[in-house]
Amino acid sequence: MNGVLTPDLAIVGAGPAGLGAAIAAREAGIDTVVVDDQSAPGGQIWRGVEDAGVQRRLLLGPDYARGADVVARFRDSGAAYYPLTTVWNVGMAPPTLDCASAAGGFEVRPKHLILATGALERAVPIPGWTLPGVTTAGALQILLKTSGLVADGAVLAGSGPLLWLLAAQMIDAGTPPAALVETVSPVRYLAATPLLPAALRAPAPLAKGARLIAKVLRHGVPCYRGARDLALAGETSVERIRFRDWRGRTRSLETGHVALHQGVVPNPQTTRLLRVPHDWCERQASFVPRRDAALAIAPSIHLAGDGARIGGADVAYLEGRRAALAIAGRGDNADCARALREAEASRPFLDRLYAPTTDVRRPADPVIVCRCERVTAGALRRAGREGAVGPNQAKFFLRAGMGPCQGRVCGLAASELVAEGGRINPSDAGYYHIRPPLKPLPLSLIASATVEESD
Amino acid sequence: MFKRDERTGEPVIFVFEGEAIEACAGDSVAAALIAAGVRATGLHPVTGEARAPYCMMGACFECLVEIDGVPNRQACMAPVASGMNVSRQRGARR
Repeated sequence: MNGVLTPDLAIVGAGPAGLGAAIAAREAGIDTVVVDDQSAPGGQIWRGVEDAGVQRRLLLGPDYARGADVVARFRDSGAAYYPLTTVWNVGMAPPTLDCASAAGGFEVRPKHLILATGALERAVPIPGWTLPGVTTAGALQILLKTSGLVADGAVLAGSGPLLWLLAAQMIDAGTPPAALVETVSPVRYLAATPLLPAALRAPAPLAKGARLIAKVLRHGVPCYRGARDLALAGETSVERIRFRDWRGRTRSLETGHVALHQGVVPNPQTTRLLRVPHDWCERQASFVPRRDAALAIAPSIHLAGDGARIGGADVAYLEGRRAALAIAGRGDNADCARALREAEASRPFLDRLYAPTTDVRRPADPVIVCRCERVTAGALRRAGREGAVGPNQAKFFLRAGMGPCQGRVCGLAASELVAEGGRINPSDAGYYHIRPPLKPLPLSLIASATVEESD
Repeated sequence: MFKRDERTGEPVIFVFEGEAIEACAGDSVAAALIAAGVRATGLHPVTGEARAPYCMMGACFECLVEIDGVPNRQACMAPVASGMNVSRQRGARR
């Protein structure tokens, strides 16, 4: 199909934030289009939930099952849903979307736009991380959610609640991980303790986390805490993981599957494309796009959920609602504000406890950081030292960030490394310039798009 | 090696590098290849090293394959279809 859609509201993304926004917008009677690059609603956290049988929903846990209700309400809401559609360009003043799907290209010219593009896994650049058989923890969850596949003999390595959740899900699927190697040092527990009282004001997320950890330990999964100096090795694919345990002893585990995780970060592609100002947030070791009180980043463009700042599914859903209500002219109500505060209560504690370590944020020189172009940490640091004022200058000499992923994997690490080399802050170094198309697309698709004259 | 819990979808047969692969409806091409034990889905354009899916969500572009004659398709974003012809990409595109 070619042509132009002109709804009141367009939403990019159908994860918790996009779904929350669509449901609230339709409750207010707003004509709504949702564009999604996935094949079905749910984003990553609720991926595959419509097709999941009873058994799979049980093993993936109650937070996942809740997604089924939300997706069902979205399907009933009357929003027009365009799956398997890539937004390759976003314009502002007025907002526009250039979209591509198997059926062809089309444009959306809404009165209002809500971006709900979610999060990405933080890169975990360690020696050997580019070997086949090494994935993110999220990748193993996706395989489980969409295809019921579980890796046999996998080692989960890194830090963050997702590792424990994944381990628990694998146990319930009948194939526990071979080991969980956690890189959270004892220092982090000490540092996070002062933030615990505030987190306990809304204790449900922490209680859930504690239950997951207890389940994994109870099942006898070997857990190594305080691990450091992780390295992966193998000939043509991963064969073992080496690390130093909390006592400093070197350990080596044979495995053909390693899932890495060091938390998630906002997906910056659309906000960077729109040249929204971003601030460096040291607490979350990532950039945060600036939003106003109504979650707007530009006139008629709102940003909701993890795509703005990591808060998790509940926060994302509520922010989606809040953005849609703002567009409907219905201000925040006390219930929404309170629910958001509760959902956010444990975030500072979790952020500090599971903060990614500097060896992950700014790895040692020999480690590959830009996977697409095979550029090392050392090359990026040297670029900063030799005068590159940020990752964009380094890009021209090194090609870091010029590969097909357009910085989705290496972006933050590149900013931090060039900044470290040049002895400046990441906020001064900035981030890769992102330009359309947001994803590669065939020229024929752009060439065949119908051009409509605007008045 | 990967185990499959319950087969929710109908079997779908497609071709990878001349070999028939049995997948389930609803699998992405990447998931189907991983389930079939394929370790390397391509060769890196810069170094020639074996590469394989990393993120499974369309962000990392490590899973690029040629599908039905169209190159640079993300295997993790393409649902399997009966009779699909998938092949590895070896090195840089010409």
